[in-house]
Amino acid sequence: MTRDATTAENAELTYYETGEDHVHAGGSTMLGFWIYLMSDALIFATLFATYGVLSTSYAGGPAPRQLFELPLVALNTAMLLISSITYGMASIAMDENRVGATRGWLAVTALFGLAFLSIELYEFGNLIREGATPQASAFLSAFFTLVATHGLHVSFGLIWIAVMLVQIGKRGLNEDNKRRLMCLGMFWHLLDVVWIGVFTFVYLLGVLR
Amino acid sequence: MSGPHAHTDPVAAGHHGAGHHGDGHGHGTRRGYLIGFLLSVVLTAVPFALVMTGILSAPVTAVAIILLAFVQILVHTVFFLHVNPKAEGGWTLLALVFTGVIVTLVIAGSLWIMFHLNSNMMPMQPGSMPGM
Repeated sequence: MTRDATTAENAELTYYETGEDHVHAGGSTMLGFWIYLMSDALIFATLFATYGVLSTSYAGGPAPRQLFELPLVALNTAMLLISSITYGMASIAMDENRVGATRGWLAVTALFGLAFLSIELYEFGNLIREGATPQASAFLSAFFTLVATHGLHVSFGLIWIAVMLVQIGKRGLNEDNKRRLMCLGMFWHLLDVVWIGVFTFVYLLGVLR
Repeated sequence: MSGPHAHTDPVAAGHHGAGHHGDGHGHGTRRGYLIGFLLSVVLTAVPFALVMTGILSAPVTAVAIILLAFVQILVHTVFFLHVNPKAEGGWTLLALVFTGVIVTLVIAGSLWIMFHLNSNMMPMQPGSMPGM
């Protein structure tokens, strides 16, 4: 950008180059990312439908009531729920331009996300040790596909949080990083929404059956 | 927009505009997040308590936890995802409603069709499909 010595015409050129385009790009990114999230919701819908169809096909293997440990699932749910409110605090700190607080809350969110993943992997390990592997029955195939797809999303969310911690450390809370943090926030909160479906329809209804 | 200050104005306008565009997404208040969190704690604790204590009969519990799940999804959508009719000129809400319709069709349709397909098939072994 040339400054000071420019004529009025040049100044106008600068205005068209940086101003409008930048604003538009940011605005449509949010809507575009939202539409991506909706398509992600469709992936989960097909996995939920598959699980719903296959959830009673035990093939002589174990049923949900013998497998699922609700206290562990409750703990896991609490981890993810708490990570949602801590991300909310990060969003607020971001709005107030407090760099340190934003990074702090992001780190706390990552810790709770990591706790969630660890508990989930511990649960998977237990199931597999008991012989309830994905290949044991259609029910277990569908269960592992649905829950692990969610877990994989959380893993990528964690990678994204780590990347943002570095980005904010290097460049601070500029417009680009703010936009990225808002997208990451939508992603993170949507994973919590999907988990509501998982703990209700897979775990709670499974034990009830 | 003319004169010597023209080159600073668009930057300021840009920042303001960007903030305004994303309004419906990332801009909750502390109070909003806390209300949403408290509601979702209750909406999570109640279904777990219902199933783990077995206070109500199984069918009643099932209906109750499904209803509570839908309420909690709504709470998260409003308080955490900040979906409202004004965000992005209503396009986020429209995309959400459209997705909701498709999700319902996919899940309900699959269950409906596969249940009927199941009941019209010959069982593989006698007694392997109780209640069909």
